[in-house]
Formats: sequence, structure tokens, C-alpha cells
Amino acid sequence: MLADKDRIFTNLYGRHDWRLKGARARGDWDGTKELMAMGQDWIIDEMKRSGLRGRGGAGFPTGLKWSFMPKQESDRPHYLVVNADEGEPGTCKDRDMLRFDPHKLIEGCLLASFAMRAHACYIYIRGEFYNEASNLQVAIDEAYDAGLVGDNACGSGWKFDIYLHRGAGAYICGEETALIESIEGKKGQPRLKPPFPAGVGLYGCPTTVNNVESIAVAPTILRRGASWFAGIGRPNNTGTKVFCISGNVNKPCNVEDAMGIPLKELIEKHAGGVRGGWDNLQGIIPGGASVPILPKSICDTVLMDFDSLRDVKSGLGTAAVMVMDKSADVVACISRLSDFYKHESCGQCTPCREGCGWLARVMRRMVKGDATLAEIDTLEQVTYQIEGHTICALGDAAAWPVQGLIRHFRPELERRIRDYRDAKTRAAA
Amino acid sequence: MSARDLAKEQPASFAFNAEYLALAKKVIAKYPAGRQASAVIPLLDYAQRQEGWVTRPAIEAIGAMLDMAAIRVLEVATFYTMFNLSPVGKTHIQVCTSLSCALRGSGEVMKACKDKLGLGAGDITPDKAFSLIEVECAGACVNAPVAQIGDDYFEDLDYASTAKLIDAFKRGEKPKHGSMIGRDASAPAGEAITLTEDPTKPIPKQDLAAAKAAFEKAKAEAAAKAAAPKA
Amino acid sequence: MPKLTIDGMAVEVPANATILQAAEQVGVEIPRFCYHERLSIAGNCRMCLVDVEKSPKPVASCAMPVAEGMVVHTRSDRANKARAGVMEFLLINHPLDCPICDQGGECDLQDQAMAYGADRGRFHENKRAVKDKELGPLVATSMTRCIHCTRCVRFATEVAGVPELGAVGRGENMEITNYLENMLTSELSGNVVDLCPVGALTNKPYAFGGRPWELRKTESIDVMDAVGTNIRVDAREQKVMRVLPRIHEDVNEEWLADKSRQACDGLSNQRLDRPYVRKNGKLTEATWPEAFAAITAKVRGLPGSKIAAIAGDLCDAESMFALKGLMTALGSANLDCRQDGAALDALSRASYLFNSTIAGIEQADALLIIGSNPRTEAPILNARIRKRFLRGGFPVGVIGPDVPLTYKTQNLGNSADILSQIASGAHAFAATLKNVKKPMLIVGQGALARADGAAILSVAREIADACGLVKDGWNGFNVLHTAAARVGGLDLGFVPGTGGKDVRGILDGAGKGEIEVVYLLGADEIDTNKLGKAFVIYQGHHGDRGAHRADVILPGAAYTEKDGLYVNTEGRVQQALRAVFPPGQAREDWTIVRALSESLGKTLPYDNLAQLRAALRDAAPEFVKIDVIQAATWGGFGKAGQVSATPFEYPVKNYYMTDPISRASRTMARCTEEFVMGGAKKTGTDG
Repeated sequence: MLADKDRIFTNLYGRHDWRLKGARARGDWDGTKELMAMGQDWIIDEMKRSGLRGRGGAGFPTGLKWSFMPKQESDRPHYLVVNADEGEPGTCKDRDMLRFDPHKLIEGCLLASFAMRAHACYIYIRGEFYNEASNLQVAIDEAYDAGLVGDNACGSGWKFDIYLHRGAGAYICGEETALIESIEGKKGQPRLKPPFPAGVGLYGCPTTVNNVESIAVAPTILRRGASWFAGIGRPNNTGTKVFCISGNVNKPCNVEDAMGIPLKELIEKHAGGVRGGWDNLQGIIPGGASVPILPKSICDTVLMDFDSLRDVKSGLGTAAVMVMDKSADVVACISRLSDFYKHESCGQCTPCREGCGWLARVMRRMVKGDATLAEIDTLEQVTYQIEGHTICALGDAAAWPVQGLIRHFRPELERRIRDYRDAKTRAAA
Repeated sequence: MSARDLAKEQPASFAFNAEYLALAKKVIAKYPAGRQASAVIPLLDYAQRQEGWVTRPAIEAIGAMLDMAAIRVLEVATFYTMFNLSPVGKTHIQVCTSLSCALRGSGEVMKACKDKLGLGAGDITPDKAFSLIEVECAGACVNAPVAQIGDDYFEDLDYASTAKLIDAFKRGEKPKHGSMIGRDASAPAGEAITLTEDPTKPIPKQDLAAAKAAFEKAKAEAAAKAAAPKA
Repeated sequence: MPKLTIDGMAVEVPANATILQAAEQVGVEIPRFCYHERLSIAGNCRMCLVDVEKSPKPVASCAMPVAEGMVVHTRSDRANKARAGVMEFLLINHPLDCPICDQGGECDLQDQAMAYGADRGRFHENKRAVKDKELGPLVATSMTRCIHCTRCVRFATEVAGVPELGAVGRGENMEITNYLENMLTSELSGNVVDLCPVGALTNKPYAFGGRPWELRKTESIDVMDAVGTNIRVDAREQKVMRVLPRIHEDVNEEWLADKSRQACDGLSNQRLDRPYVRKNGKLTEATWPEAFAAITAKVRGLPGSKIAAIAGDLCDAESMFALKGLMTALGSANLDCRQDGAALDALSRASYLFNSTIAGIEQADALLIIGSNPRTEAPILNARIRKRFLRGGFPVGVIGPDVPLTYKTQNLGNSADILSQIASGAHAFAATLKNVKKPMLIVGQGALARADGAAILSVAREIADACGLVKDGWNGFNVLHTAAARVGGLDLGFVPGTGGKDVRGILDGAGKGEIEVVYLLGADEIDTNKLGKAFVIYQGHHGDRGAHRADVILPGAAYTEKDGLYVNTEGRVQQALRAVFPPGQAREDWTIVRALSESLGKTLPYDNLAQLRAALRDAAPEFVKIDVIQAATWGGFGKAGQVSATPFEYPVKNYYMTDPISRASRTMARCTEEFVMGGAKKTGTDG
């Protein structure tokens, strides 16, 4: 288990003062100017060497992403956009950072923006997080008042403005180009790529979109050193990570621990174990609604990091662990997620718009068993017809949970179909 | 559900009151010149806070304020589900029924609403005091089940605590939000096993001068290596 | 120029090309629904997915830029599977109502389903039903058929410049709609019907009128304005069923204005299908010989100075040429093709042409509009101005009433004085014109068709000279005509000869009794009350104003019923072809004049169209080359004079009714009711 001294989010549970004074006491805004004085190239290099991979789900190396921004300023300003549109079912880590550690985020915004030669940053926070947005706005105002951001941020000579932008209820705005569209005052419909945001992003200008956690850990990484962060976890899967453990566990919670912690250890140590004991486990979705479910046999040994979970055909995603014990109706659980994607599809491109509704409707019948055995294959084929054919990854995300269900729980689907058919035959007789 | 339509009955006009007009001006100033359309979501939110819901005259007024065609504002208003396109109750209850909440009893929360208020999803009480909708993931999954009432999250709910909450709202009280079982935010219930140390203990920092030197050295070596094959 | 391989064929294309464009270059057609070369790229239908080597996923070829060394397969298993998948998704919620759908037979979805559709459905859920939308009298909707390609939304926003269509809601509930019960207020709205790849938006007046395979298609030229839009006339038996645009990149691209598309029902109403002669004050049916006899009785022996002819706005060049020949033979110099009295100078071609050309608008970088509302006078040309405007850096100044155009304009006021100020450099807009490479001005009939029109034309020329509108390879001086016949008439000299009277003089003379015979060749836009006691011969196709005043009616052919040449506002000669025969005893117009000439003993020297055209080309070399614009020589024209302080008025008061055909059209009457009489202003709270 990770030691407290290696935890970045020391106020994850809000037990301490979240405002500037408390944040400073916990080491935030300490030597920010000196870090900036190290130069843009050093910051990006340090981030690369830390091995930090994006915490929003896709796991793209953060330092590398920053390096895609143009190296020169031009008449097109650069922007940093922070994705705080947290809404992937199972995920609630950013919420705690926004409300209890807002200064870590703001300092991270300054350092990241400086590294990418951006003078302005927009934080896009989901509209439902009203109280979280209020805290963050207070923290931003404090930072301005203290000269930490503004015309001469931290006395560095760098002009830096930071703005909060509230969303209004659309999961798709967590997709980076949809988020950019949303800030521009449009529907949150993802853009075609290329061009990528680093070339043409917000207002047509070079833009980098990062998850809250990716930005909020940056100041600590730079202060303590890339090698400290890289020393935690496993190669290519380094550092600490905030995990969200929800569902059928004894003590659901958020917790920061090392990447690569065994899933079983994570649940047993931090979440009080599976309700009814580990043997009562049915399956776990290890990385938020978008990743395929894993049966207990895999959960017994799998490690919680990008590569380990990819190897078992699932993913770390947002590290939102959703636990289903044997009392849970696993088909209904996945059906519930299919409903989610149907509700959240932006409607722009054909496979997702039409496919999500199709999946959701068939899944509802599968819950009852009101289907034919052949329809299991049809259902699976439909998921592959969506996957990889859409503008953004929401189509993939809708497809994977159903694929995972069919991969690991096909006998359960078949049993329900047979039972339903038998019951009908009996009733007819 | 078909596309979200605007309510049939609409007020004749809309104008921001002084308070929201000032806020609107402030929010428009956040965006670069000519990019005022960026303020459309915040302005629709203000209109909803002022009127209780997003009205057709508000859509048109905001379009005029931001130099946007009304259809573009309508697109935004119908796309984002936080905008209520018809009136909601004074106490608007949004119960998350997504997976984590469902696994921990959001059905009981809905049942409590039905029993106490007679409301199913999408209903509003005849006196317009309460309305209820089901929402997708509220983003507080480790505190499931949750309901958002107004701007506040009420967490770790069950049938009994939901019923109690409704009673409190009925009495006109403003109950304390957060966990209904009294735990600290997303911390595991019971005795803490993490974050037990003093968070103000100084953290070990790297030697920036040494780091800079190492960086410059590596850079020089890389440059030399890049130049080598040519030489 | 990157080189890539598509289906084994090497191709080299410009760096910014897409895979789809590169494929077209080697003749590989990739199916698509949302992509349209004249609209922004949406990439939403996903039908154009192709297989690109080394790409983990199929790629949307409409949006993906080519790259050096790319290897593309458009017919591989992976590409075909991807498309079949998309097709299945498009069909699951699409109704199986092809037998009652007007798009049947010309439906992209139907066609593509033949190639990529399965022979049976796997979707066993209920299909989506969507409420239809009210888009006005021209566009019928059946929104359940919509496949959400958003072409119509992009057209309205980008080309038409009326951001009234949108996609509301999201996910599978997303719906294309107009803003709350308001109609689509564009003069180009019919184009959304052509753009819609399915039967969601169809031609309302033509609803259930026929199937495409029943129609005879004739390529022709539109005459409802002076743009010369290239059209296709679809007829069944002897009835024009509908009019569609043809592609002409330099004229109309592939758009068609609503009146040009939808006034065609007027071709079947109020037609003059036999000759009439006024007897005892009443028009009575007559035979051709009787009609000619009546004319001959009146004209024979009359001195030419007492005879006059006015040509209308829809005339083909051949009939005007023939009539001019007849008038000359009768010794009359009283001819005019400028019904509105516009002060156009037939001697200087540059003075009456749209010299920049329509396509040339795209090269211009500043525009001054004088007394013209291009949106109602020439919607297609207006769309070209908007296209240029969207590229940015295009200031547009307007002198005239402030009306909504489809781009941002700066209204400089509504007084002719401003013209002199610009010419002298005193007005700020002079600098705007001077400081750019290719400035242009458009002077409209609202400025020229008034008493001081000649002076205004003169000062407009001064502006052109003073502000550098005319320079090497660029002529920024433009006259925007509203009549299809006008430039042709001027080119062949259908204007007063030496000592002859113009329109004002003819009407004046008729009122005073100096003119005793007036020949109206489709001229309906003059004030017929001023014709006094003159003997009026009306030759035309509709029982409109001119026919009502006539003493003899000679039934002619409408533009769809004859082969004819028209010269558009740019000076482009184009050829219209006959799609149907004229009704009843009506005849092609030049043949009527030719027959009458014989009856008058002044037989014209041509017996067929080829001979007439040869004579025309000899007399007016402008007609030698079809579809070629010869740059007109710039020179002094116009007469300096006093301009009046009277504000300009735009010539088109009601876009939907400007000529005998559109006035006879029920569809145009409905449009007038909805869009002009204020039906469109209705709001939801009114109802």
C-alpha cells in the first residue's frame, strides 16, 4: 500500500482547509516561480520522464501531448483546456480534487499553460458540480488576489488568465473536441480528426485538453522530481492514481494508491472487501462504464494499470472500479449502461446514433430473456458494427460493455433465453 | 422519449433582471472578442435560475444578446439535459439511477419519492412544489445512491433518509447536504487507514539546480549524437 | 503533391485534397450521404469509410486528408463490411415506404441499399417516428425518413445564409427542424430538396406528381431573372412537371432559385392558346389569318414614325431580332427593350454588363451595391456574394434601402448624393474601394430606371474610374439586370434608332396620338393605361397586362416551348431548348413575326431558325459564341447630369411575382401570401 508521504492529494476527503492558506500549508504554490524558471523544455521533459499517462481514460502520455503544441507563439493564442466534465459512470475522483484541492489544479494549470506557451486556460466543469465549481471559483479568485495567476503569475512575468466554464449536462462533452465545441457555445458534438486540437482547437487555435487529475498532479511531479513519480507503480504504468470503488463493496470510497496495485488488494484494503466476501464476487468493471466487465477469475489476480487490464481485454479507463456481487443482475447492470450510452450519444454520426438505441433495446429484452439464442450473436455483431466506425470513442464505449458481457457471461444470457422460452411454453400449455 | 420540446405554454417575454444581467455581462467578458457565443450555456443557466426553466422568449433574448440565430440557441438548449424546457417543481429532485447508484439502491430512493410525493420519474406535484426526474450518472458514485436537489448533492441515501429529506423540504427547511450517513466525503466509512499523517509535513523536493544541469547535459549529448552521423 | 495508391491505382493530388477527392480523380466512386462538395464537411453519415493500410480503423474518406504513400482500399472486405454496417444502421429506423415516397427512383439511400443493404432486417424493435415540420409552401417534409446527414442545415446556414434550420435534441432523438414553426425564409429554399439524399424533404408543389422515369428531360436556360441559371426541364407529355438546376460552375454552380424552380405551374394557367382580335371593344377568338388581316389593315400605309415596338423581359433574342427587322422594314425607329426605362447605353457594352462575371465575384475584395437588392433580383448571384463574404475580408457597402441581405453590409445611406461623394473621394467608402486589389460595384435597376438614371450611370462610371475598379484583367463595374431578355435586346440593338422614341417617348406618343400602332412583344411591365388610343398588338404567352389592353393577340411560346438564345447579365449567350410544344394554336415567336412580315408585304429574309441565327450573328457578333464571355471594352459612357435627391427603390417588390408566368402560378401566389403578405412573420404565440 502506498505510504501517506507519497500521496499527492492529501486533502482528498476534505478534512482540511481547501482554501489558499490550507493549500499552501500542504505544500501547494511552493516555489512555482522557480519551477517556471527552469523553462518550458525542462517542464515538458520532466513530465515525459515521469511517465505520467493521461488520467481521463485513454492513458496517452501527458508530457508527449504537451510537446505537440507549437513551440512558438503566433497570432493564434494557445489554450489549455481542463476537462472537468466528469461523468463516466463509476467515476467521481475529479470532484474531490475540484472541491478539496482546487489549488493543486490551478497551480497545475499555470505550469502546464506556461510549458505550452498558453496565456489562457479554461476549466470545463460539468454543470451538476455547482458546489464544486463554487469552491474552484473561490480558489481562482484567491489565486488572482495573491498574484499567483494574472498579469504576472507568481512574479514570473508570465501573463496567465484562468476561467471556469460550466457545462449543462452532456456526458459527450468529456470528449475533448466536443468539449471545445461546447465552450464555443455549440452542441457538444465531437469534431472530425484530423485536425487535432494541438493544431486547430478552441477558437481554431492550438489547444491541449487534459483531465483534471493529469494537471493537478503536475506541480507535485515537478517539485518532487520525475524519478520519484516514475518510481511508483510499474514501467509504463507509473505513479499514483486515485481509484473510485463503488458498487457492492462494504466501504465504497475514493483512494489514492500506486498504479499496478492488485485489484483484489485495492478492494480488500481500502473498500472493506466485497459484500459477502471475495467469493461472493460476480464481476467487476475496473475502469468506468466504458470498459468491459471482468469475471471473478480474472479479478483474482489482475493488476490495476493500463497494460495489465488491456492484456485481459478490459482497460484502466478512469480507474473507476464497479463491483457486482452475486446478488447483482449482471445482465441488468450492462443493460443499464447501454441505456446510458443511448441517452448520451450526441446523435451526430450514424453508427452511434442508431446503434446505441438498438443495443439498449435488445439488452432490455436480454434481461428478461425475451430473445432468441441467435440474437446474442446479432447483438455482438452490432457492437462490432459500431466499434471503430464512429467519429469519437463514445461508440466504442457503448460497444465494449456489451462485448464484455457476451465474452464472460454468455451462458447466463443463454440460460435466461431458455428459461423465458420454457416459461412461455408452460404458460401456453 | 422524443426530442425535448419546448413547453406549449410560454410567457410573452423575457428579460434578465439586474442581478443576472450583471452576471451575464461578466461571463461574456471571459471569452475573446467576437466569441460571445461561448456564453450561451452560462446565460441559459442564468435564465433558468431566474425563471425556473428555459423559456422560448429567453432563448430568443439570449440569441439577440450573443448575436446568435435563435435556432442555434435552441439547439444548445435541447442538447444539454440540465436545461428544463418546461416548468419544474420548487424542489426539483434528480435521482441518479446509473449503475453505481442502482447497485446500491437508487430504486429505493425512487420508491421513497413515489410513496412520499406520489411522483414517478418525470412527474410534478399538482401544487408544483416537487418534481422528480431520473438522471444519468451524477458523478458521486462512491457515495451512491445520490440525488441532486437544487444545486446540492445528497449522498449515501436509502429509503428512510430519502423520506426524511422530503419531509424536511416539505417543512420548508434546507437540510444539510452531503453524506446521509455522516462520513467525510468519499472517505471509506469507519476508521481511516489512509491520509492519517499530518498533511503539512514538508514534502521532499528535488534539487532544481542539479536537475537543470542534468537536463542541459542530456540535451547537449543528444545534440552531439544527432550531429555525429553527418560528421 | 502527395502520391498515394487507391485500389491499386497510383494518383497524385494536391496536398489539401481528401481521400474521397483523390478517389474521384481516378474514377473510384465512394458512396456518401452527408458529404457534398459545396458544403462544409460533416463526416457524420460514415458511409464513405475506406480501408487505409496501417490505420487501425476504417477512415472517413470525405474528411481525411491524403498523405504521401497512403495505400487506400475502397472495396476491401473491411471497407465493405463497414459500409454494410452503416447501411444497416441507416435502415433500421428508416420507413419501408418507398412505394409512396416521392424520392423513389432518385433516392441515394435506395440506390446505395441496392449495393450495400442486406436482403432482410435484423432489427426487431419499433421504428422511430418523427413529427413532420412545416417549412412553407415549397418544401414538404416527412421527417421519419430523415437520416440526419445535416446537408439541409449546412445549406441553409452556409449557402442560403438563413440560419433557420438546425438539429435539436440529441442521440437517436435528434431532429432536424426549423426554428419553431417559422418557415424557411430563403429564395433558395428549394435546393434543400435536391440536397436531401432521402425523401425527408421533397418538392411540395410537385408532390405525387410523377416518377422520375416517366419524365422527359430537356436541358435549358431559366428566364425568371437575368442570371441565366442552367436548368433541366422535366416534362411528361405536353406538361412541364418540374424544373431542376443543372451544374454550371460559372453561373449557378448547382443551385436554382425558388421562383425559377417553382413558377412552372404558371406555364399551364392563363395561357393564350389562340389568336384574338378586338371587335366592338371585345376580344374575340380569331384565326391566324384573321389576326394578321386585322394588323395589316391597320398598319399598311401608316408611316413608320407612327409605329412602335416594345420588347418584354422574357423574350428570346431571335424574336426580338425578327421584330427589329420587321420594324426597320416598316420604317420605324421606335423600338425599346427597356420596359422600365432604365438608362442603359446600348452603344457601350461595358456599360450594361456584369463585367466582373458571376464567378469573378469570388475574386473581388470589396463591393459597393447601388440601388440593387441582389437577394430578390438575382438570388443565385447573391449566393455567390455570400460565398465570397464567408471567406472574410469583404466589406460590402449599400446605397439604397436597408434590407436584410445574407451577409453583413454597411448601409451608406439612401441618396444618390453619396455616389458623387465616393466619386470625389470625400466619402470613406472610396478609400475602402481604392485600398483593395479587386474592388467592384453593382448598379441595379433601382438606380438606373429613374429619370436621372443616365446621370447615375455616369457617376457610377466615375467611381469605377476614380477608385480603380477597372484595371488590367479586372473590370469591377457591374450592372445587375432583372430581365432575362435585356442584355440580348441591347446586344442586338433593340433600342431606338436615329430619331426614334424610347419607352417613355413611345408611351408619351401613344397618349398624344402621335404613335398609332404599338407592338408589345411580351411586354407586360409597362403602364398600359398610357397607351392611349393606340392600336396594340400583343404577342406573348399569358393573358397578362399587355394582352388585356391588346387589339390583336398573337399567341406565342413560353421559354420552355421554343429554342431560343438568351444573354445573361454577364453577357453570356446561352441556348434554351424546347421541352414541350406551345399550347393550342400558339407558335414559336420568331415564326409569328416572320409570318406577319409576309402578310405585311415585308417578308423577312429567313425561312428557318438556322438562317435567322446566321443573320443575327452577322448583325450582332456577340451572338457568335455560345457560353463564352467576351470582355467588353471599357470607355466613356453615361451623361453627366443632375442626380435627384429621391431615395432609391428596389425594382422587385415581390420576389415571387415578377412576370406573366410567376403571376399565373398558384405556387407563387401561395409564396406571396406566406412570405410577402406576412404569413412568415406569424409566431407561435399568434396561433
